[in-house]
Amino acid sequence: MDKGLSLRNVTISKSAAPLLSLTHDIGSGEVLTVMGPSGVGKSTLLAYITGTLSCDFAATGEVWLDGHNITHAAPHQRRVGILFQDDLLFPHLSVGANLAFGLRPGGGAAERKAKVEEALDEVGLSGFADRDPATLSGGQKARVALMRMLLSEPCALLLDEPFSRLDAALRAQVRDMVFDRARARALPVLMVTHDAEDAQAAGGVIVTLGG
Amino acid sequence: MLGPVAAGLWGTVLPAFGHLPAAGLTGPSLDPFRDLIAWAGLPRAVFLSLSTGLLATVISLAIVILVTAGWSGTRPFRALERLLSPLLSVPHAAAAFGLAFLIAPSGWLSRLASPGLTGWDRPPDLLIVQDTWGLAMTAGLIVKEVPFLLLITLAALGQADAQRSVTISQALGYGRVTGWLKTVFPRVYAQIRPPVYVVLAYSMSVVDVAVILGPNTPPPLSVQIVKWMSDPDLAMRLEAAAGALLQLALVIGALVVWRIGEAVVARLGRRWIASGARGRFDTIVAGAALVGGSASALIVLLGLVVLALWSFAGFWGFPEAFPDAFTARNWVRFGPGTLSAFGETALIALTVGLVAIVLTIGCLEAEYRYGLSFSQRAVWLLYLPLLIPQTAFLPGLQTLMLNLGADIGRLPVMMAHLVFVLPYVFLSLADPFRAWDRRMGTVAAALGASADGVLWRVRLPMLLRPILTALAVGLAVSVGQYLPTLLIGGGRIATLTTEAVALASGGDRRAIAVYGLMQTGAALVPFALALLIPALVWRNRRGLQHG
Repeated sequence: MDKGLSLRNVTISKSAAPLLSLTHDIGSGEVLTVMGPSGVGKSTLLAYITGTLSCDFAATGEVWLDGHNITHAAPHQRRVGILFQDDLLFPHLSVGANLAFGLRPGGGAAERKAKVEEALDEVGLSGFADRDPATLSGGQKARVALMRMLLSEPCALLLDEPFSRLDAALRAQVRDMVFDRARARALPVLMVTHDAEDAQAAGGVIVTLGG
Repeated sequence: MLGPVAAGLWGTVLPAFGHLPAAGLTGPSLDPFRDLIAWAGLPRAVFLSLSTGLLATVISLAIVILVTAGWSGTRPFRALERLLSPLLSVPHAAAAFGLAFLIAPSGWLSRLASPGLTGWDRPPDLLIVQDTWGLAMTAGLIVKEVPFLLLITLAALGQADAQRSVTISQALGYGRVTGWLKTVFPRVYAQIRPPVYVVLAYSMSVVDVAVILGPNTPPPLSVQIVKWMSDPDLAMRLEAAAGALLQLALVIGALVVWRIGEAVVARLGRRWIASGARGRFDTIVAGAALVGGSASALIVLLGLVVLALWSFAGFWGFPEAFPDAFTARNWVRFGPGTLSAFGETALIALTVGLVAIVLTIGCLEAEYRYGLSFSQRAVWLLYLPLLIPQTAFLPGLQTLMLNLGADIGRLPVMMAHLVFVLPYVFLSLADPFRAWDRRMGTVAAALGASADGVLWRVRLPMLLRPILTALAVGLAVSVGQYLPTLLIGGGRIATLTTEAVALASGGDRRAIAVYGLMQTGAALVPFALALLIPALVWRNRRGLQHG
């Protein structure tokens, strides 16, 4: 069984015009950065991997994750975590409920609550469980979004321009945190960005599309 | 939704050509049309239908467009916007009664001005309400169509990038109104065209407002059709059906004329744009439009005030500005009657509203999940039941049900209401539902939530407010329905609206006031709840307070 995320002959086209094609294996704990100007279909690639590609696009090729072909799996069964440039915390849920949404089912209420608390402690947000996510700072939201995703125990991590909304000081800090966690869990990471600094910091292979 | 409309039209065509087995008549024959043409009131009735419909549409559209052009983004415009929901939810019948109580010779305005300004100590012998030219009726339509068109225009503005266009044209030396008309209006009008057609079709064939404010001898065509329909002589239904087809032809004709008018205006407009005129009269035009818009809002609000006065009035002689005494007697007397009508109204409205909201969410969610998209043509399909005059297909639907021996009662009334409620609910929920950030769904799915889980646990809670608002719109539309309740209910389903309109001929102002206010309340309270409930449920969620 191959651990990691493999893209095999993935080709995405829009109304018969090819946008991109890519073949690459991302091993456990490795990072692949896909760069390119906006409009070359970077985010489309991620949508294909998460199973949420819009019907305006046609795609061929296969996506394998830890030895399973997930090309046609339902989005919620793929175990692929994703972070966007916006935190996308659910505005109707408290910080704790957002984390509990991510936490995989099972365990008693007390046990789940403890896990949520533990996750908050890990990113220095102890006692934030009952807060309204809209009252958090940008950096705090980014940390909650990361922990929410990690609690769902994904087998791979996708990053869609994840740091571009953060200011310079915060950026390096959040970036290190994300990559440290991914490495610690031996997750294959696929990041799309147009930021050269982010690409360098990721430290993995860089593929440039289009342009 | 096209099923009942098509069936109704079919049920109109058959008797119009003399085919009505229930009355022992088999066609085809042209007698119904001969009878119709022989009716002495026909030319007048046709004229009234055309004049009130076209005038009401032109004037309300002009007010809305010019107010938006001259004032959008300013403080007076904000005030109008805030009044929008309550104004929209006031049922047509209640607004019409309010207007009648204001402008009648013995109305509030005349009382306020008498005898000081006018010298009247008796109501003057003038035919203001129910005037032969249908002007009061036109005014009653305008005050209700202005908020509707304003709402539609505001929705269209969001997609038109209006502010920047106006800024650019002002930098080029254009006045505010002229700049808006030349740059934004063409885009906005393309968007609001279907609802404008709805307003035209509706105004031409309205029944309840016409019964209250329109002339009696002869009445507008739509009212006469209903009179023929309720005649105990079944043979009169043939004439009604012929009239209904004529009404349909009139509406189609008016829509064609309107379409041609659009082309003419477009041509003149292009010439006007090319002329480079900067707009010298902008301030005057904008001022006049604001007066018109405020007046139309004020009339509805004052109408409600005068309804409230009458509902609590003891003896109120002319020309006193206020009643001698205020009493709860009218409410005690008419209250119990309104309560049973309220129960019927609420039962129908809630059932229909909930069915409509479930169908709408189902449609929109299916569109989202399966990547379907509605074309412009599908939007027209949605508007079709609103474009066919009610008087053209409801009589047919009733006759058809009579022929089939179907029971006339609450369930058919609900289904008839659904035909009119569903489009409004769909139109009101579609934009916010589609504007929801899809990435929320992607994130939730990536966290392991199934498609249904995303819908129930993320999307619907986030959209609580627009969903409740759409439901309130549906309830208000159902509460206001007159003709479907009357015809499909066979006169046996008594809602607040049918009861209130039935009181119109009696002229008991106190009874009318109580029923009119109850009717308004039945439509208004859901809107208040649609604001209140999300504010309470999400009081600790700042991210949802303006969504």
